[in-house]
Amino acid sequence: MLTSIKTNEFAGSESKKLAMMYFRVAIILFGAQLLMGLIAAIQFLAPNFLFEVFDFNVARMVHINALVVWMLYAMIGSVYYLLPDETGVETVGIGLGKLAFWVLTAAVTVVVLVFIFIQVGPGKESTIWLINEGREYIEAPRWADIGIVVVVLIFYWNVFATFMKGRKTGILTVLVADLLALAGLYLAGMFFTDNISMDQYWWWWVIHLWVEATWEVFVGALAAYGLVKIINAKREIVEMWLWIEVLMLFGSGILGLGHHYFWIGTPEYWWEIGALFSALEPVPLVAMFVHVLYDWGKEQGMAKAEGKPGNVVKNGPAMAWIVTNAFGNFLGAGIWGFFHTLPQVNIYTHGTQFTAAHGHLAFFGAYATILVGMMYLGVQGAYGVERMKSTFKSKMAIVLITFGVVGMTIALTIAGYEQVLVERAELGAGWDAFFVAQNLPWYVQAQIWRTIMGVITFIGFVYLVWDLLTIGKEAKAAQAA
Amino acid sequence: MANENENLSVWTSISFWRRSAAWVTGFAVILLIWLTFDTMGQISMGTDADLQKAVAEGKEINRVPAPTVINYHIDYKMSKTRGHEVPVIGAKEPFFGKEWSPKEAAALLHLGKLTVQAKNCMNCHTLLGNGAYYAPDLTKAWLDPAWQKGGPMQAMTNTGTTEEAMAKFLQNPSQYPTHARMMPNLGITAQEAKGVVAFLKHMSSIDTNGFPRNFSKTVEQFKTGGTNAH
Repeated sequence: MLTSIKTNEFAGSESKKLAMMYFRVAIILFGAQLLMGLIAAIQFLAPNFLFEVFDFNVARMVHINALVVWMLYAMIGSVYYLLPDETGVETVGIGLGKLAFWVLTAAVTVVVLVFIFIQVGPGKESTIWLINEGREYIEAPRWADIGIVVVVLIFYWNVFATFMKGRKTGILTVLVADLLALAGLYLAGMFFTDNISMDQYWWWWVIHLWVEATWEVFVGALAAYGLVKIINAKREIVEMWLWIEVLMLFGSGILGLGHHYFWIGTPEYWWEIGALFSALEPVPLVAMFVHVLYDWGKEQGMAKAEGKPGNVVKNGPAMAWIVTNAFGNFLGAGIWGFFHTLPQVNIYTHGTQFTAAHGHLAFFGAYATILVGMMYLGVQGAYGVERMKSTFKSKMAIVLITFGVVGMTIALTIAGYEQVLVERAELGAGWDAFFVAQNLPWYVQAQIWRTIMGVITFIGFVYLVWDLLTIGKEAKAAQAA
Repeated sequence: MANENENLSVWTSISFWRRSAAWVTGFAVILLIWLTFDTMGQISMGTDADLQKAVAEGKEINRVPAPTVINYHIDYKMSKTRGHEVPVIGAKEPFFGKEWSPKEAAALLHLGKLTVQAKNCMNCHTLLGNGAYYAPDLTKAWLDPAWQKGGPMQAMTNTGTTEEAMAKFLQNPSQYPTHARMMPNLGITAQEAKGVVAFLKHMSSIDTNGFPRNFSKTVEQFKTGGTNAH
C-alpha cells in the first residue's frame, strides 16, 4: 500500500490517490488503537503497569480516539475513492482536499502528542481549549474541533461539487445527504455546560447519531458500492435495497437515541421511546446481511447459468471483509446491542463491561470490517489488477482479527455478566460492591482471556498490514504471468 | 420513454422506497426535535428559589436542581409510587463548613465540572453510568457509605466530614490506597478538589430514574454494621 504512491495506476485520478493517503494514516491509527487497548487491558490485570506514568485514563482515551479518527479517515478515504467511479468525473477541488488532508493529519498528530505527553490540565477553560475536553470519544480540545469542522467543510464541499457536476447515482445521493448530517452533528458536541445532564444529552447526539444512524447509513452505501464493484451486482437492486436500509436505519436509529436517555436525568418517557425504537435497530442489520449474501449467490448463479466459468468475486479479501461486515454488524451492533437495550435490563447493565463487550464487537463488525474491505479495493485499484485473490496473509489477518475480537467480546460479556449479578444486583452498586466484583476470580479470569484475545487481534493486524503492503504487487505479478 | 418498469410492483420501485425513506426520516427527526424541546425544559438546572420552595413544601424538586443543593442533606430512597429510588433533599447542612450563596455555589460547581473534564475522570470512571469501567461509578458517589462517618475513607484521610475526606483523597489519591488498583495523582489543587466534591454532591441530587438501582441497599446494610469488604 505504501509503495502504491509511486506505482499506482489510477490513470490520473487524483481523488483515488488522495483516498490512499487517507487509508495509510487510517491503518497507522488502527495500530495505535490496538496498542493502547493492550496497555489498558494489561492495566486491568497489573494495575501498577505504567501507574502515574501512562495511566489507564490516558491509554483508554487514546484507544477510543484513535478508533474514531482512523474510522473517519478511512471513511473520508472511501468517499474520495468511490467518487470518480460513481460520478464519472474527477473530484472537484482536489488540491484543497490534499491541503485539508495535511492540515488534519498535522492537527491529529499534535492532539495525540498532547494526549500522550501532557495528558491532563488544570480545571480551567484553557484546558478544554488546548489539552483535553474530557468527554469520552470527543476528547479532542476545542481548537482541534474547530479545525476538524473546517477540514470537514472542505471535504463536504468537494463531495457536493463533484456530485453536482457528475452522474447522480442513488448511492451518492444517500452519501451526500448522510455526510451532511454526519458533519453537522459534530457541532452538538462543541460546547461546555456545568449541567452534566445537559452535557450528556447533547454528547449523545454526536455519539449515538453517528454510530447508530449516520455511520450505519454510510456503511450501507459503502456495501452497495462494494457489491457493484466486486461482484458486478445490478445497480437497480443494490440501490433499492439501500433506500430500504436508509428507511429502516433512520426510522429506528434516530429515535433509538432514547436508549441513552434512560438514566442521565432525562424524563421517563425515554424508557418507552428508547426501548421501542432501539429494539427495532437490529432489523435493518438483518436486511443488510441478507442483501449481501443474496446478491453474491445470485450473481454467482447467474454467471453459472450464462456459462461463465469461475468466481464472480473480483477482489477476494475485500469481499471477505464485506461479508464479515454483514455478519458482524448484525451480531455486534444488533444482537449485542439488543441484549441490554431494554430499560428493565439496562438499569443493571448500564456502565458495566457489558457495554464494553457490545462496543468492541459493534465497532469492529459494523465499521472496521467494511473499511478494511475498502482499503483492499484501494490496493486493487492502485495496482490496476483485474482480479485480486486472497493470500495466506489475507486469510490469517481476517481469521485472527475476527477470532480475537469475538474472543474479547465473549470475555467481556462474561465479565459484564458477573458484574451485573454481583456488583449491581447482589451488592447494590456502591464503591465497595464495585471492587468486590472486580476482584472475583471469574472477573479476573475474563480479563485474562480478554488480554490474550487482544494479543491475537494484534497479531492479525500485523498480518493485515503486511498483506496490504504486498498483495497488490503479488497480484500484479500474477496477472502479468 | 415508455418505462419497462411500468408494470412492476410498488415493492420493487426505487422511487417508492426513496420517498418512504425521506418521509420516515423526516418524521423521526421532527419527533426527536419536539421531544428535545420538552426534555430541555425538564433538565435545565433549577433555581435556588425553586429549591427552597420544594424543600419547604416537601414537593418534588427539579430533575437537575440548582447548584445550591450542596447546602442540603441529600438522600436516595425507594419511592413506592415510582417503583425505584429517587433523590430526597433534606435539611440544610454545612458544606466545607459554610452555607454557599447561589453565586458561590454556581462558581464552585463550574470549577468542579471544568476539573472533571480537564482531569479526564470519565476515562476511568462513569458519570451517570457513562464513561470507562476501570473505576467505580460516580453518579451517587457522594452518598456512598465508604465516605460517610464510620466508613473507611474518613478514617484513612483523618477527616471528619464526607466533603473533607473526598477533597483530601482527590489531592493525593495514591497516598490512600484501598486496592491494588489505585487512582493516580492528577495534580488536583485544594480549590479544584472542593469544586469536584461540589460537582459530585450536585450529581447525586439529579433524578436519574432510579439508576443505580439497589444503591440504597448498600447504604442500609452499612447502617446496620454490615459490609461487603473482603
